[in-house]
Amino acid sequence: MPVIRTDELTKRFPGVTALDRLTVDIDAGVVGLVGANGAGKSTLIKILLGIAPATSGRASVLGSDVVTNGPDIRAQVGYMPEHDCLPGDVSATEFVVHMARMSGLPADAARERTADTLRHVGLYEERYRPIGGYSTGMKQRVKLAQALVHDPTIVMLDEPTNGLDPVGRDEMLALIRRVHTDFGISVLVTSHLLGELERISDHVVVIDGGQLLRSSSTTDFTRNSQALVVEVTDRSDDVVAALAEAGLTADRDGRHILVTLTGDADYDVIRSAVARLGVGLIRLEQRRHHIVEVFGEERTDVGAA
Amino acid sequence: MSAQPEPGPTGVIHDIGYRNYDGPRYGRQQIARALFWHSLRGVYGLGRSGRSKVLPMLLLGVMCVPAFIIAVIANVGAIGLDDLPAPYTRYAVMTQGVLTIFLAAQAPQSVSRDLRFKTIPLYFSRPLERVDYVGAKFAALTVALFALLAIPLLIMYIGALLAEFPVGEHTADVALALVGALVFAAVFAGIGLVIASMTARRGFGVAGIITVFALSFAAVSSLQGIVGEIEGDMTAAGWIGLFSPVTLVDGFQVWVLGASSSAVAGPPGAAGGVAFVLATFGVIAGCWALLMLRYRKVFAS
Repeated sequence: MPVIRTDELTKRFPGVTALDRLTVDIDAGVVGLVGANGAGKSTLIKILLGIAPATSGRASVLGSDVVTNGPDIRAQVGYMPEHDCLPGDVSATEFVVHMARMSGLPADAARERTADTLRHVGLYEERYRPIGGYSTGMKQRVKLAQALVHDPTIVMLDEPTNGLDPVGRDEMLALIRRVHTDFGISVLVTSHLLGELERISDHVVVIDGGQLLRSSSTTDFTRNSQALVVEVTDRSDDVVAALAEAGLTADRDGRHILVTLTGDADYDVIRSAVARLGVGLIRLEQRRHHIVEVFGEERTDVGAA
Repeated sequence: MSAQPEPGPTGVIHDIGYRNYDGPRYGRQQIARALFWHSLRGVYGLGRSGRSKVLPMLLLGVMCVPAFIIAVIANVGAIGLDDLPAPYTRYAVMTQGVLTIFLAAQAPQSVSRDLRFKTIPLYFSRPLERVDYVGAKFAALTVALFALLAIPLLIMYIGALLAEFPVGEHTADVALALVGALVFAAVFAGIGLVIASMTARRGFGVAGIITVFALSFAAVSSLQGIVGEIEGDMTAAGWIGLFSPVTLVDGFQVWVLGASSSAVAGPPGAAGGVAFVLATFGVIAGCWALLMLRYRKVFAS
């Protein structure tokens, strides 16, 4: 059963449609929600949490309707907002304990879980100091900790890498991946950067202008390229010539040769051509797309339509 | 909270990995109760930094000083009083300046921080509903203000008992005054929270509350003085009392609790009495409605 399901979900603000009949199923795992700023990502999360009402359509989280079962859903969901939301005058420990209690944990459990969770997100000695003095990276960790402290079934992370430097970004992404693999919590993570979600997501949902552009597994996204990468030990130009003679479209791309794939027989043709020339075949594989390229193509399609 | 001592070099830290939580999870009602206690403690600076405790505790002390002096005077045989020098129901009016400062300092502390630091979405992404949040904050500040009034009233009561004044009469009087204190607390808390929740800036909240309470009382009591004592129209002077929180609740105490008025003029006649009672409950209900409205906007943003 999908953990999140929306059906013709629409949200209109005066003068702008944030979500336009969005129908999508999201399964357990790490799911990336991608879209440009203003694509409707944050609006979708607010509707799923039952904070903002939808104009029309339905949505359910963990099998419960967001309109009728808001409090039940929110007890099992963690939310990390995009914006700054931490009081500067209390320590991370005090703050996360309070948030754990606000999620329904008894006082003792709240303390214990806070200590555990802050350690898991990588805050140690600093956690007793006021949050006001923290770096952006540390604040993002506290925000993540308050979303995880009550051991939710699913967490919704809104732009968790915003404002982080490249190293902090990598650490945050690794941490998010661990939230699913080590903690067993499903993750819905939004970003306007496709590249970073490609690395950690099992599934990617792309929305644009409030509409679903594409929803498929990350491997689907990055497979399906009609090009073969061939790498040989020597005499690349001769190989290109031999392949052209054999009826294939081949081009040099730096050290690699790119061959347009027309059928499974092409693999044998390339192997034989390389063997005839007596050079070593290092690599022969289907070229993997990056999500960015796919997204770029689809954006072009949408623009043309 | 003090830092826990780190394990010494004798121990080895093992990464025990992530542990799932399968203990009890409380529902909305208990979460709201936790927020109530957290807010109540916060008003007095408990569980917060030492600096946060200074002002509320100092004001609590200041509130108790007149009560203590009254209790001492009652017990000095040489003066030979047969009753307390001031009635219990007048205490809130006498100390309204301190009450207002306390409210101005602590109401913004209770609600503006969540607005300023944008912490509100973290509450609303949890099981709490808007009514739970507003209810917990309103109740916490009301109880905090009630305690601020009830403690000196009890000091006066103990003074009266030690002076061997009639026990039955004083017990009844202090009980009525405690009811009056609760109404004072609710009206003050409501108005204070409405003003404080309008702005994320603490300073604006403080200034707004002091202005509203001090100005309205100064305006009403001087108008009452002019109309009542110079013009001699005590009925009109009584009606004017509706327009300041302190004289409003004072009128409530006169009509419902049978207290003597501490203002220039109490509510005029039966119609006046009913009007003061309705206005008092109207202010509390109105503040509640305004807070709910205010947080609907905060909630949706």
